Amino acid sequence: MKHLLSAGDLSRDEAVRVLDTAAQMAATQAREIKKLPTLRGRTVVNLFFEDSTRTRISFETAAKRLSADVINFSAKGSSVSKGESLKDTALTLQAMGADAVVIRHHASGAPHTLARSGWTQGAVVNAGDGTHQHPTQALLDAFTMRRHLVGDGGRADVAGRDLGGVRVAIVGDVLHSRVARSNVQLLHTLGAEVTLVAPPTLVPVGVGSWPARVSYDLDSMLADGPDAVMMLRVQRERMSTSGGGFFPSPLEYTRSYGLDARRIGLLPEHAIVMHPGPMNRGLEISADAADSDRAVIVEQVSNGVAVRMAVLYLLLAGETTNVKVDGK
Amino acid sequence: MSSGTAVPADGTPTGAARTEPAPAAPDATVVLGPPEISRALTRIAHEILERNRGGSRLVLLGIPTRGLPLAHRLAARLADVEPGLDAAALVGSLDVTMHRDDLAHHPTRAIGATDLPAAGIDGKVVVLVDDVLFSGRTIRAALDAISDLGRPAAVQLAALVDRGHRELPIRADYVGKNLPTSTSERVRVLLEETDGRDAVLIEGAR
Repeated sequence: MKHLLSAGDLSRDEAVRVLDTAAQMAATQAREIKKLPTLRGRTVVNLFFEDSTRTRISFETAAKRLSADVINFSAKGSSVSKGESLKDTALTLQAMGADAVVIRHHASGAPHTLARSGWTQGAVVNAGDGTHQHPTQALLDAFTMRRHLVGDGGRADVAGRDLGGVRVAIVGDVLHSRVARSNVQLLHTLGAEVTLVAPPTLVPVGVGSWPARVSYDLDSMLADGPDAVMMLRVQRERMSTSGGGFFPSPLEYTRSYGLDARRIGLLPEHAIVMHPGPMNRGLEISADAADSDRAVIVEQVSNGVAVRMAVLYLLLAGETTNVKVDGK
Repeated sequence: MSSGTAVPADGTPTGAARTEPAPAAPDATVVLGPPEISRALTRIAHEILERNRGGSRLVLLGIPTRGLPLAHRLAARLADVEPGLDAAALVGSLDVTMHRDDLAHHPTRAIGATDLPAAGIDGKVVVLVDDVLFSGRTIRAALDAISDLGRPAAVQLAALVDRGHRELPIRADYVGKNLPTSTSERVRVLLEETDGRDAVLIEGAR
């Protein structure tokens, strides 16, 4: 593995390896001294062209816990606002000796361009590009599901296991969601069954080719007994007006597709509720659903650090193969 | 792994399966067989108890892959001699991968589990257990890992085989067998738990 650009690039074995490594990383994060010397002397650049709180902080924490040097770069307040291109920004970072570039960009495919262009020799990690991919989010979601739903919840017994037979409902704004795209691919690779639940207007064109079923009715899907329900954020910044013509009104969306206490009551005993954050409380998820004991939303955040530590470890710790830019 | 032998280089997930059966090289010489290994461990167990005046403060930390089964065997022998000891509560595993100084020179290694006994290691006498003591770099990594986990009263080192060629000022307190080797030779330790049989082999001897 040289870059992490798309959840679809991971084979089952590679994905399980990331999850197993993340489990060991998570164990180190329970210690009093959380810092490890593993990536001492390596430099990780967080290149963020789009706003983000948890992903950037999560990557920064992960890199620092492994003793890498972290340089944070956000487009706001940088030369990008003077019109600098991605290429020149990348060449600057290369000149500064970045071993890994964690990139978030509003344009789908920007990380791919960066990885294949030869502008930087470091590993490229996609931290979310447009409406395309967010592979580390999918990995941390899979990690969270494996912890709760596979084996008896112990850490050691799930090593080497995938998500075979786990049933997952992904609910909400699938159209604009890179989280949904990455999760569908990764969960399918790991053997889980995915059902997308969304109003017809928020289902992307071409969904028929995805390895997932589609449903328009949340209540019947929940009554069907999924093991995990993943609520997606309604991305109103990517819609023009309040509902953007995608749904009549926020209230109507909430009635049909919002998760509330009543709908949680429909779920089986063991099912977990997930959300990639940031949440629109009162829109796609009610406050009592978000704070219920079924919700693992806060745990997803701490698992995110462990998963990103694992990704950085697997990309950076081994033999330096930076000579060739292409090829995993 | 100081021997340069035992860790699966391709990063097979530890704990998922036994290490692949070691194909014995045609020129391998068996240096220790099952009875010798058993006797060496019994002697080391007695030495540990003698040196530390009993086993009340002991913790045995095995370094994966093959240090861990050795630590379990030592603990069982300690418990045989000192009836008050609980063998299972003595043993932990200490993965040193993330503290190694040679990560950049090898393909990415799989990270093993670190599990400390419930009582922790603060104020205890920690006996590190490894199969082969070679350059000493694994032990240096282990000492760093220990200092992140707590502050033991003392750290001692037990190795089944000491093959020499130290690159750091490190020595073992308990040695099963001193094995003079040349650097071109490979020393392999095979254990029932990981490889299906007990043996210490030297390969590449001319």
